[in-house]
Formats: sequence, structure tokens, C-alpha cells
Amino acid sequence: MNEFGGVPDRGRRIILKSAVAGGIVGLGFGSFPFPAFANADAKDWPADAFKQKSEADALKALYGKSAEASDKVNLDAPEIAENGAVVPIAITSTLPNVTGIAILVLENPFTLAAAYKIPEGTQAAAASRLKMAKTTKVVAVVESGGKLYSATKEVKVTVGGCGG
Amino acid sequence: MASTIRVRAIASGDTTEVQSLIQHPMDSGFVKDAKGEVIPPHHIEVVQFEHGGKTVFTALWGPAVSKDPYLKFSFKGGKKGDDLKVSWVDNKGATDTITAKIQ
Repeated sequence: MNEFGGVPDRGRRIILKSAVAGGIVGLGFGSFPFPAFANADAKDWPADAFKQKSEADALKALYGKSAEASDKVNLDAPEIAENGAVVPIAITSTLPNVTGIAILVLENPFTLAAAYKIPEGTQAAAASRLKMAKTTKVVAVVESGGKLYSATKEVKVTVGGCGG
Repeated sequence: MASTIRVRAIASGDTTEVQSLIQHPMDSGFVKDAKGEVIPPHHIEVVQFEHGGKTVFTALWGPAVSKDPYLKFSFKGGKKGDDLKVSWVDNKGATDTITAKIQ
């Protein structure tokens, strides 16, 4: 897992700040009295999915399938966002066995904005803030029981948040 | 160094609600600076939350997530005083970790 694993050296803190080829994550667990578990790992990041420019391609790269609309996916987004740099987006779902949530902003240069992995025991809900280039449709996708369900909402953006 | 992560986890009943705020520029790679040069992409890729040796939430973020990203979610389990570990890594390999107590 990592080259420092299993050395319970309490007095030292090891911090790797520099980029390491292959995306090895810096670990700073010298201060924990128990063996640390895996940290956030850049290898988990689906780079391919985040490069796609259409909804269908992004979902295919991320989950390998397409989504069907469902009223059991709730997408909470403002109708009008004055500042496209900070648009609050919340997704909840009443579907059972949810394993993942993805948010797509269709008019952005890259469609996929964020994806969340939901382990068993964690609620099917996530709230965060996104950037939007211009008025756009936002699609919330929920993975439940191996299938994808989606909800769509249009957000009017007065000032874009994707550049100058 | 002060941590870049601020996290608040509150247990109520059998669920714990987690809110976190991470300081990060989240540069998209589309914005130009004052000289007209493109600021290269610099954004968090993965954020992981762990409780009791188990990952309870993983966020995979693209450059469309806002600067100083905010995140809220809830998980079953977690008692007052339990540890919740948060870690992130960005596209330049920088990383930070914090362990917070559930309130």
C-alpha cells in the first residue's frame, strides 16, 4: 500500500508535498497511534471520464452505461445563479442501494464536474458548490443496484465562472 | 502549517453529518492571469473520509468544482468522540490530512 506502512513512529511526521511520478500520495500518519489506512489516492481518479465533452461519453467512461430519467433522484440547484463560480448543488435520492452519485454540467468545457462513491451505510446525498461557464443544464446521476438514474435541471447563469 | 481542511462532524441519532471546507485554488485551466497567460489546471482530484477503519465517502473532483470546495454528506454510525479522518490529493500530487473528532 505504501512504503511507510506499519512503522508506528509517533514522534515523526512525514509529509511529501512534491508530486511523485505515478501519483503516490504523501502520508503524514506518524502522529497516529494505530496503523493508518489508505489515504486519498490519485490513482482512484478517473482521468478519462473527466475529459469527456458530452453527457453520454462521460457516463460511459465513468460507469460504462447510460442513465434513465427518474423522479427518485432529487437535484437541488438554483434557477438563477448570479455568480457562475459558486453554484450550490445538492443531490439526494430515495433509491435503494445507492453506490455512486455523479454531477454533470452540460455546457462546461468538460461535462463531468464531480463523482462521489457511496459505500454501504452512507446516505445517498451530497452537497457541494460548482463552477458553471454559462446557462446550462445540470444532470444528477445516481447509481443504484447497478443501474443509472438521472434528474435534469436548467440553471441560468448571469456571470460565468469559467474564465476571463 | 495550519491545515487546509476544516471539518465538522456532528452525530445525531444513528447518523453523522459531515461538513468540510478545504482551502484550495481549484484552478480550472481555462482562466487567464493579468498577463493573458493561462493559469494551468490545479485542482483536488480525490477526497476521502474514513471512520472506524472504513471509507465512508469518496469524492472525485474535476476542475469544475468551486474554489475552496465545500462538501456535505451523512453516514450511518459514528459516535461523539470518534475519529473521522479526511485526506485529499490534487493533480500536482500535493496532499493534506486531518483527523477530527465527531461532535
